[in-house]
Amino acid sequence: MSAPTLDRPTGTPSTTRGRPRSLRASAPGMTAGRSIGSRARGGVLGLVAWIVGLAFFAPVAWMVLTSFHSETDAATNPPSLFAPLTLDGYANFFGANSGASPWPPLINSASASVVSTLLVLCLALPAAYALSIRPVEKWSDVMFFFLSTKMLPMVAGLLPIYLIASRIGALDSIGLLIVLYTSMNLPIAVWMMRSFLSEIPVEILEAAALDGASLLSIFRRVIIPISGPGLAATALICFIFSWNELLFASVLTSTKAFTAPVFLTSFVTSQGLFLAQVCAAAVAVSFPVLVAGFAAQDKLVQGLSLGAVK
Amino acid sequence: MTATVEAPAPHEPRPAAPGFRTPRRDAAALARAGAWARRAPLLPALLFVIVVTQVPFVITIVVSFISWNSLYPNDVAFGGVSNYVAVFTDANMRGSVVTTIALTVTVVLVSLVLGLVVALLLDRKFLGRGIVRTIMIAPFLVVPVAAALIWKHALYNPEYGLFNGALTWFTGLFGLPAPQPDWITNNPLMAVEAALIWQWTPFMMLILLAGLQSRPLDVIEAARVDGASSWQLFRYMTLPHMRRYLELAALLGSIYIVQNFDAVFTITSGGLGTANLPYTIYQQFFQAHDYGAASAAGVVVVIGTIAIATFALRSVSTLLKEENR
Repeated sequence: MSAPTLDRPTGTPSTTRGRPRSLRASAPGMTAGRSIGSRARGGVLGLVAWIVGLAFFAPVAWMVLTSFHSETDAATNPPSLFAPLTLDGYANFFGANSGASPWPPLINSASASVVSTLLVLCLALPAAYALSIRPVEKWSDVMFFFLSTKMLPMVAGLLPIYLIASRIGALDSIGLLIVLYTSMNLPIAVWMMRSFLSEIPVEILEAAALDGASLLSIFRRVIIPISGPGLAATALICFIFSWNELLFASVLTSTKAFTAPVFLTSFVTSQGLFLAQVCAAAVAVSFPVLVAGFAAQDKLVQGLSLGAVK
Repeated sequence: MTATVEAPAPHEPRPAAPGFRTPRRDAAALARAGAWARRAPLLPALLFVIVVTQVPFVITIVVSFISWNSLYPNDVAFGGVSNYVAVFTDANMRGSVVTTIALTVTVVLVSLVLGLVVALLLDRKFLGRGIVRTIMIAPFLVVPVAAALIWKHALYNPEYGLFNGALTWFTGLFGLPAPQPDWITNNPLMAVEAALIWQWTPFMMLILLAGLQSRPLDVIEAARVDGASSWQLFRYMTLPHMRRYLELAALLGSIYIVQNFDAVFTITSGGLGTANLPYTIYQQFFQAHDYGAASAAGVVVVIGTIAIATFALRSVSTLLKEENR
């Protein structure tokens, strides 16, 4: 199964070793001077890449650093880079001093994201099977229907969802968020999973079917092991989108089911010295997403482009 | 490689039992049952999406033609197009249409250009390339509300934000007084845009880098050996190849940025002329309780998105077709 993945560039240096860059050096008529010049230029461009990368990373680094500073050190001008480190910001965020604990919203976020992701996987895997391995007629129309729902701005459905939810008494419940996040991520997951399932060589599926394997055991023994990394990446991306969601959560929840992003909005207005606590809050809430995102790094682009780019 | 998976004959001979002469009616029934057996795994997902995303939108369209303010529950009546007239005549609403367009176009174009530059830089081999690629993704992986909070408080704050702090430090080197601008108040829309560009450049970069790495390198090497300059290679080989990827990145980016709510809500709370349509709809709904006008504005957002989406679908469908070659 390594053959189809071999040509998929992941951007890590190890996988690009095979690219015929060396051709340039062996091209006839190339003088030594030009080769040295181009190497120097390559070095400069590498340096530029580092500078640009660090510039983009700087706000993240600053957020992490400030979260470990005391409130007084965090709010100095010019900034105090080398101030002593402390966990006070995190202690304040996790409610050592104030009464509001972030644990209920964090647990709400975790349960809404995890359950909706599991639901998405259960619904999207069979759907992707019916769109790639044994496709229904007009499967591409179905694919585009799924995609078009993604282009319907979520805000346009907000009012009816609010009205229906308040009528059936579903406001301020995690169940409602789970249903909405599942529908939000299902189209993405169907597109991603279809692209992963269609990478499975058809010969393997035919061989399994000839051997008399049932559909269930084809799923268990062939499909899930081969497209496992892709399915995991799909799950991680769905988790990220659910975890990040703010608009629905802030309108449809109040005191019981409010999520971590809604909790973060309590820091929108500035009040005194609290920068270290804000940074600690931002780091703590972003932490699961950073972990999930870096874990799914190699498949991130395929997921974000809905499987269109590999 | 995928072609064989993608294009099995619509009716495989497998379901028909071999060695039997099935009457024609049975065969048709069998084919129908086979078609439904194929559809069955798809239906739960399809029904779920239709019920949860399409039904509310139909209700939104209906409500957009009703005069309905929940503060006056007795005055609910058919309002015709009055809500749409309000969307386009009300200064706030019109302003938010303009803001949405300005915000989306600026963020998409700037992050697309930056993303292309970074992708070109990362397409070359250099020491620590994997590390730079990894840290470049980080901005996209900060929770949007958290990123907006960081920009608002830790970077833009006029008293202790990093920007003014860096200015103080830099001019301090020359013993000069530092200008201490109030970034958000001076340029509210640009403040929101900068934070969004920072978050979305990695997204563009990832798609464009994947595009760059799928270039046919042998052809490019051949052109290089034939004496094409770097600029010629970029202009006549890389850019045409990248067109589809640029389109895809721009269109997917616009779909997400048109809907942006988090950054506007957090950084400016919609003030100072930065309220875009999603924020205005939220406000109409939450503060003015004008359900009719909020719905009409929602329909307007959808129509705007459909305009973008038509192009997006076309561009994605060419990619899908090529995959199925």
